[in-house]
Amino acid sequence: MSELIELTAAQAIERVAAGDLAAAELFEAYRARAAADAHDLNAFTWVADDPATPDAGAPLAGVPLAVKDLFCTEGVPSQSGSKILEGYRPPYTATSVAKLTGAGATLLGKTNQDEFAMGSSNENSAFGPVKNPWDRARVPGGSSGGSAAAVAAGLAPWALGTDTGGSIRQPAALCGIVGLKPTYGAVSRYGMIAFASSLDQAGPFTRDVTDAALLLRHMVGRDARDATSLDYPGEIELPRGVDLRGLRLGVPEELTADGIESGVRDAFTATLALAEQLGASVEPCSLPHAPHALSAYYLIAPAEASANLARFDGVRYGLRVAAEDLTGMYTATRAAGFGAEVKRRIMLGTYALSSGYYDAYYGRAQQVRTKVAEDFRAAFERFDLLVTPTAPSVAFRLGEKVDDPLAMYLNDVCTVPMSLAGIPAISIPNGLSGGLPTGLQLCGPAFSENRLLAAAYVLEQALGFDGSPARRAVGAGEAA
Amino acid sequence: MIDRAQVLHVAKLARLALSEEEVARMSRELSAVLGHIEKISELDLDGVPPTSHVVEVTDALRPDEPRPSLPREVALAAAPEPLEQGFGVPSPGAA
Repeated sequence: MSELIELTAAQAIERVAAGDLAAAELFEAYRARAAADAHDLNAFTWVADDPATPDAGAPLAGVPLAVKDLFCTEGVPSQSGSKILEGYRPPYTATSVAKLTGAGATLLGKTNQDEFAMGSSNENSAFGPVKNPWDRARVPGGSSGGSAAAVAAGLAPWALGTDTGGSIRQPAALCGIVGLKPTYGAVSRYGMIAFASSLDQAGPFTRDVTDAALLLRHMVGRDARDATSLDYPGEIELPRGVDLRGLRLGVPEELTADGIESGVRDAFTATLALAEQLGASVEPCSLPHAPHALSAYYLIAPAEASANLARFDGVRYGLRVAAEDLTGMYTATRAAGFGAEVKRRIMLGTYALSSGYYDAYYGRAQQVRTKVAEDFRAAFERFDLLVTPTAPSVAFRLGEKVDDPLAMYLNDVCTVPMSLAGIPAISIPNGLSGGLPTGLQLCGPAFSENRLLAAAYVLEQALGFDGSPARRAVGAGEAA
Repeated sequence: MIDRAQVLHVAKLARLALSEEEVARMSRELSAVLGHIEKISELDLDGVPPTSHVVEVTDALRPDEPRPSLPREVALAAAPEPLEQGFGVPSPGAA
């Protein structure tokens, strides 16, 4: 394995800027690995041939970037993991991607994902499941599974993903890397193929916390093309610091008591003790409505999805199945183009919004959302940050949960409450359980990204997680 | 809980054609998921305002100034049936 692959993005930027490394050489090292699918992961749906030439002196210095399939990239396949968009090449580029390439990043490829970002295992992609680089019999998590697997395996130095109910944090945890979901509105959603518009946020997948800060710094800010985006107060800072003195950490009882696998719980408890040694105060707290967040989420997100996905009708782009009349064309196109999970969510969302059920389901879910957000506000009067495991288990086996939607949805139990509240959260590697990564999640009030990154950085340094086993060469021909 | 007739009604609203096998599976799976979700009916939410948007945004208006949009041929480039500079579709009333 090339030693270039062992560089973090920040280290690579330094070497390129100092003239010790050619950006083209770095790009080729990753391009070759991504194109050969060096770990047999199915992480990419498209890989670039040549890098675009960045401006000399650009802050991201030509470091290659992998991008989740659902970000529109002009002239490049952008399919959101769906057969209904197979081969679609959009006429414009998403703002977050344009900002990063404008800052000097070069587009390395598009990464596989659950169809329309609906899933927690990446088994719902029309382009086949992604495998976990720590154990290819297991899932990488989802929905941004391709981005997570690519970064963990050293097929990309960093990647963009999106998080609606945990789709950055959960795969980051299952693949042993860092994933950050920003405050809702911090990053433009323009050009992201929409799943649930009131929840969707773009964010970074990186090998360490410093890289996450660096990538996020160039993503945030108001965009005239997304009326829900906001000016970011201040700048995203590169984290420093050696201890957590004065930091008040809260441990929500509702998200840490039941349903957490013992290995994940042990790693979590050990890290709470480490945080105390580093000077933080650690105390239990309560989010009384958090146990209902998952129910509210699985009404709100499908309801919004059922409206957003109405645009896929065989008229303007994508698949069309011929039929005698217009309605027949719509129904046949959507039947052939959408996979099972997308159909399930469209049905669930349409039902929740339908006459006679709206108040009992969608209306109540929006009220629960208010209570969940109030719970967080109350907790942040006493605590600077809250901490939970990211996912209740380590990566599970491919196929293990595909026939049980409810069991699959329970993967999101620790990540969904922050999504409903619109607050930022980061997952960092928290050691191994049975040889597989576990994740630690920190969340804070809206626009507290700098506080989150600073605490995550100190914990990362103290934990000293070694992600290199997932990058170690397993040649394409040596697949088990 | 969600019977066959309801599944067919919702599928019609969603413009989804479902096979017989899918109708049966949808009825079973949606009932299981909604059975879990029903727990929110136990909460006392009287007087709680709904949240549709989590971050305060007021007057997100842009100046009403004309600007170029996508050229017609670019907008039509991915269309399954470009027709007379528009999107061709089957007749709404053919059946």
